[in-house]
Amino acid sequence: MSQAPSVGQGHRSLEDTPVRVVSARPVLSTRLKTLWSRRELLIGLISSDIRIKYKNSTLGIFWSMLAPAFTLGVYYMVFAFFLKNGIPNFVIYLFSGLVVWNMFQNSINTATGVIVDRAALVKKVSFPREILALSNVGAAVVYFVVQMVVLVIFVAAVGHAPAWRFLLILPISFLSLYFFTSALAMVMSAVNVYLRDMKHLMEVLLQLWFWLTPVVYSYEHSIAPHLSRHGLSLLYFINPITLIVVTFQRVFYVNTIVHSTVAPYPLINILPTWSFDKFLELNVALFAITVVLFFVAEAIFGRLEGNFESEL
Amino acid sequence: MVAVIDVQDVSKSFKIHHERHQSLKERLLHPRSGSTEMFQALRDVSFSVGQGETVGIVGHNGSGKSTLLKCICGVLKPTSGEIRLRGSLAALLELGAGFQTELSGRDNVYLYGAMLGFSRKMVDAIFDDVVAFSEIEQFIDTQVKFYSSGMYVRLAFAVAVNVDPDILVVDEVLAVGDERFQAKCVDRIQRFKEEGRTILFVTHNADQVRALCDRAVVLDSGDMIADGPTQDSLRIFREHLMEDAVEHDAAHLLGTIQIESVTTPEGSFDVKSGSSLHLDVTVTSQSAYSGNFVMELFTRTGLLVSRSDAQGSPVNLVPGRNHVTVDLAQIPLLDGIYDLNVGVLDHHGHTVIAWSEKAASIQVTYDGREGGLVELGATITQR
Repeated sequence: MSQAPSVGQGHRSLEDTPVRVVSARPVLSTRLKTLWSRRELLIGLISSDIRIKYKNSTLGIFWSMLAPAFTLGVYYMVFAFFLKNGIPNFVIYLFSGLVVWNMFQNSINTATGVIVDRAALVKKVSFPREILALSNVGAAVVYFVVQMVVLVIFVAAVGHAPAWRFLLILPISFLSLYFFTSALAMVMSAVNVYLRDMKHLMEVLLQLWFWLTPVVYSYEHSIAPHLSRHGLSLLYFINPITLIVVTFQRVFYVNTIVHSTVAPYPLINILPTWSFDKFLELNVALFAITVVLFFVAEAIFGRLEGNFESEL
Repeated sequence: MVAVIDVQDVSKSFKIHHERHQSLKERLLHPRSGSTEMFQALRDVSFSVGQGETVGIVGHNGSGKSTLLKCICGVLKPTSGEIRLRGSLAALLELGAGFQTELSGRDNVYLYGAMLGFSRKMVDAIFDDVVAFSEIEQFIDTQVKFYSSGMYVRLAFAVAVNVDPDILVVDEVLAVGDERFQAKCVDRIQRFKEEGRTILFVTHNADQVRALCDRAVVLDSGDMIADGPTQDSLRIFREHLMEDAVEHDAAHLLGTIQIESVTTPEGSFDVKSGSSLHLDVTVTSQSAYSGNFVMELFTRTGLLVSRSDAQGSPVNLVPGRNHVTVDLAQIPLLDGIYDLNVGVLDHHGHTVIAWSEKAASIQVTYDGREGGLVELGATITQR
């Protein structure tokens, strides 16, 4: 034997170690506790995800910054010179919504197929399976942060001050985005084990969802004014991503009503004119809802994972 | 003793799809079709393993032993019942399943460690041991996809045994790498045992269980049929294999052939080392049968000393009493008591027709100077 023994004779007594229980239906609190105790695996999976993506490329992780910077540059050129829609600094409006949307779409697209793709692992190694879906969300969060950096640099470069006060709401809004995305990612990854069409269906649905979210068009062109005319303004928030996108746009684009740069220079209601308090209120409410959704998703996942073995 | 693994009334059933409708279209078109059948892999299995015990789980293919193991590791959830575990567990199931082929060996050691539930700090501490054990020092920073399958498995095994688990679960993976590495693995498991760790060992190889385990649990098509000292459990396992012959061609033979006695002309089983031994085995049969005859000799610690059969020349049993003789020309064994098993098998050696476990105990006396198990007749001189 070449190596020295790593442990001495006489193993530690296990009398005081806590008992772990494997049972048919672990309660939600146990599931969440287990999930939390395995956060190191989550971080490991996220970092391996990112490393694999940029493995063997010379610029490596730099690509995650170069790609969005390039996209931003292209949009800037397109909207400054070719598609003049009259909205000043439109590219900031567009990109602040796109950052949110990209994080959501990346997560769902990758997470939906993840359990099926990693069936070999799921059938052999024991760990909370939802970590696989959460690691995809986590990787998307990393890219999100990188894109935010690009956005902030761009905003600073063009000398466009953000709405400082609203910046306070941004963390809440981000957490809502995280919990909602995670919840949907978990449920979809589990459902896809039983219905393999889900992966393809989600790709299509996400395209539709994108156009239901005011990323490319202004508030006045959204469905919101029609809804409020009928007293149904709350319906606007059925799509949770809407409020998050609007909050991000409010922070970075700032202006709610702008003059068009194209004659006859009409006013454009680009963002809702809600007060700070209303933004805060709505975001806190959404945050609470998404946390509940996360727990619900965890419970659904727990139900569905029991039969993974016979379906994979 | 603290119960480290406590299995309580665990049952597991699987849904078997006869026709899989996994796409949305098929589910919509055939909402009810695609018959499913429930398959009960485990039925109310209960046992508990104390700290420091080495327990074997034996059963032939389809007995549910792998399902039970997966439930204990948490890969599968039982349909009912629960399993309580104390301390960290490392499973040597399908080695390397958690590897990311695009990443380097180093990254995979950390990732695999995390999958087994060990922190980065703990993996840091044992990293050098893992690399040394796996013997792939110069490739540790190479992507795993360029590894040979042997290197792959060796690295995974090295992680699993070096992460310092309280419970080690081994599932017939000792056939890893070359012979030298295998010996290293067995050695490692032995050391685990000496350190007082708990080991759960799953196999259908009775010899391995005899060599490693103090206790064995026997499973048969989902039921636990024995739980006790290795020798007793293995006897029950053997007897069950005989009952299984019911499903084979040998069904009509069951119970018709019996090993009545094993005797020696001198009437005693005490022999001197180096002398010969003549055994008379009396077999009663109700009908004519031609099959193979087997004898095994074990040490009291469960080590197989020798197994031999009537190769090429079958025993032809006639109705009534039959006498089979086993001649041991020279017994080179040293001091000790050795247990003898004899049995009648079918021609292929697959089905046990009759079996007698511990049919006799042979006491060997030795007055020479050598120590150990056998006399080699060694002389040491200087030239």
